[in-house]
Amino acid sequence: MSAETPLRTSTAEIQADNLDVASQWRLMWLKFKRHRLAVISAVVLVIVYSVGLFAEFLAPNDPHENNRRVVHAPPQRIRFIGEDGFSLRPFVYGYKSEVDPYTLRRSYVPDPDQVNYLKFFVKGHPYKFLGLWETDIHLFGVEDGTFFPLGTDRLGRCVFSRIVYGTRVSTSIGLIGVFLSLLLGIIIGGFSGYYGGIVDTLVQRLIEFLRSVPTIPLWMALSAALPRNWTPIQVYMGITVILSFIGWTGLARVVRSKFLALREEDFVMAANLLGASRLRIIFRHMVPSFMSHIIASVTLSIPSMILGETSLSFLGLGLRAPVISWGVLLQEAQNVRTIALTPWLLAPGFMVIITILAFNFVGDGLRDAADPYVR
Amino acid sequence: MQGRVLLEVQGLKKYFPITSGFFRRTVGHVRAVDDVSFTIRQGETLGLVGESGCGKTTVGRCILRAIKPTAGKVYYHADNGAIDITALQDDSLRAMRRQMQLIFQDPYSSLNPRMTVREIVGEPLLIHGVKDRQERDARVRELLKQVGIRPEYMNRYPHAFSGGQRQRIGIARALALDPSFIVCDETVSALDVSIQAQILNLLQDLQEKLNLTYLFIAHDLSVVEHISDRVAVMYVGRIVEVADTVELFSNPRHPYTEALLAAVPRASATADKDEILLEGEVPDPANPPQGCHFHPRCKYATDICKRERPELSEVSGDSDHAAACHFASQLSLRGVS
Repeated sequence: MSAETPLRTSTAEIQADNLDVASQWRLMWLKFKRHRLAVISAVVLVIVYSVGLFAEFLAPNDPHENNRRVVHAPPQRIRFIGEDGFSLRPFVYGYKSEVDPYTLRRSYVPDPDQVNYLKFFVKGHPYKFLGLWETDIHLFGVEDGTFFPLGTDRLGRCVFSRIVYGTRVSTSIGLIGVFLSLLLGIIIGGFSGYYGGIVDTLVQRLIEFLRSVPTIPLWMALSAALPRNWTPIQVYMGITVILSFIGWTGLARVVRSKFLALREEDFVMAANLLGASRLRIIFRHMVPSFMSHIIASVTLSIPSMILGETSLSFLGLGLRAPVISWGVLLQEAQNVRTIALTPWLLAPGFMVIITILAFNFVGDGLRDAADPYVR
Repeated sequence: MQGRVLLEVQGLKKYFPITSGFFRRTVGHVRAVDDVSFTIRQGETLGLVGESGCGKTTVGRCILRAIKPTAGKVYYHADNGAIDITALQDDSLRAMRRQMQLIFQDPYSSLNPRMTVREIVGEPLLIHGVKDRQERDARVRELLKQVGIRPEYMNRYPHAFSGGQRQRIGIARALALDPSFIVCDETVSALDVSIQAQILNLLQDLQEKLNLTYLFIAHDLSVVEHISDRVAVMYVGRIVEVADTVELFSNPRHPYTEALLAAVPRASATADKDEILLEGEVPDPANPPQGCHFHPRCKYATDICKRERPELSEVSGDSDHAAACHFASQLSLRGVS
């Protein structure tokens, strides 16, 4: 008990001493760190979001620029070994168009006569860096000729650059949507859990009703309600709002159950008996106790938002060209011909998969770490 | 023990509604506390015992206004007259809370795991207007010393402490506002037996030093015997017997008390082994039996027990001993010495 000796000899004991004064967030971090996959996924997510943030800088080509002479061109391989032997500087071959003598189909093959070296910080299409200042420097690219690391689409636009640009829209629509549904979820779920009784019953029945509505027809109906003459930005905002109207139910249930559970906790009653105000009890005792759970479930609900955008846009109900998002890009890959002849158009799908998986793993890790006090 | 009455409970009732169906219609009531009256004198410890679910915790919480009683009065006799706790509203209730505190059963859930000991013990001070951090810290140090926790540990979180230490921190928090009355709700039940004794001794020391009055709720009679001046026995929402501790243990007047006493394990070579085994179940407090609640399990029960509810009344010859049994003065029941 209180008479224990204060002598600390081994490092293990000193570490234990540090844990004694470790806050909730520190304990969570220690627990999260042990979840390997989650940590790796967190790094992946940081990369994905940086790609979205610095899209103009990272994209070698203007994503809207048409190249009539190279439509449906295959990816250009980055090479180190050419006909002249090994080169330390990576390079790409230009395209040479060939016409199949039987089918008369035009296709592009690498042309070893055109060697274009890749360079860092090359000049390309002009843009505003982070919206602050004008520049035309890009991280990498070629100075002459073309560089399409993931090929081109039916208008000869660079698929890689389009994926990079699409990352911004597709990942942020998830965040904005989740933020809106978080707001709705906390307010409605909080009411439901804190007041209980008839309010709770009504809210829960409403949630059950919303959850029983098949999502795709609902999306279709709601997005049909968006006026056709809206600008792409307005449509984008409209879609996020639509997605969050459906997404809040899960969060509301989490918040409600936390409120119900915490209302009965002894330390909440203790605060009450000490004369703490209602606001103090909610914000000093209850909210910190479930904030970590909320963060974990928010992380787990972002993927469904991203998937929602992708599916809506794929069906032609969500974002439309000229906005670039992964869903819009995947519209190009809607037929079997694509898979057979131009498989590189499916590349945005891999970005979706990687991002969703990363979010799920991070969410798992956070959920496991969310309550460091489980006994 | 004689003294000024500090707390007076009169006809306390707490019914919890049973609801069912979509519209949550009330279909009945759980009579957790059904017409309970007792007094506690300044500086004494009243033990409140009974089986799980008999309503003893609800009594404690109603007195502290953690929940609002359905009916009845609870008077707190302050120096300047009696205050009816059940009638207090917001601000006056908050002021009253300085006088009455609760020590919890579970030392794990009663401390917010996300706050340091400094914050936990300092919170009551902060709520009641000690805004200066230094002043608060000084008081927290003093309180921790008082309950036997090293003040250097105040930056630690509850997870760094053992059950007994946490219970001490809970006691420090309860003492922070200098209360005069404390409800100990099964305060030692969750602890190891060796730690139980330490905490009980701490509570007794504090009572002497700070002139505290306790309502000590427990299901363990040996613990109650150790700490209480008087004992009240509850059965299905009602008090069946109240008496001085020694008197109650040696001379029980209610068959239920007799059965409880017989169930206490005694380390004695001469103890006779014929225990009284209660048959049947504790009745459902939503649907208690007519008459005396104990009659279905009572071996002395007669017809009157099934019809009429016995009032808690003085046992002849002792103004401090009351029992709710029709035959309190006739039966000769076996106690323990």
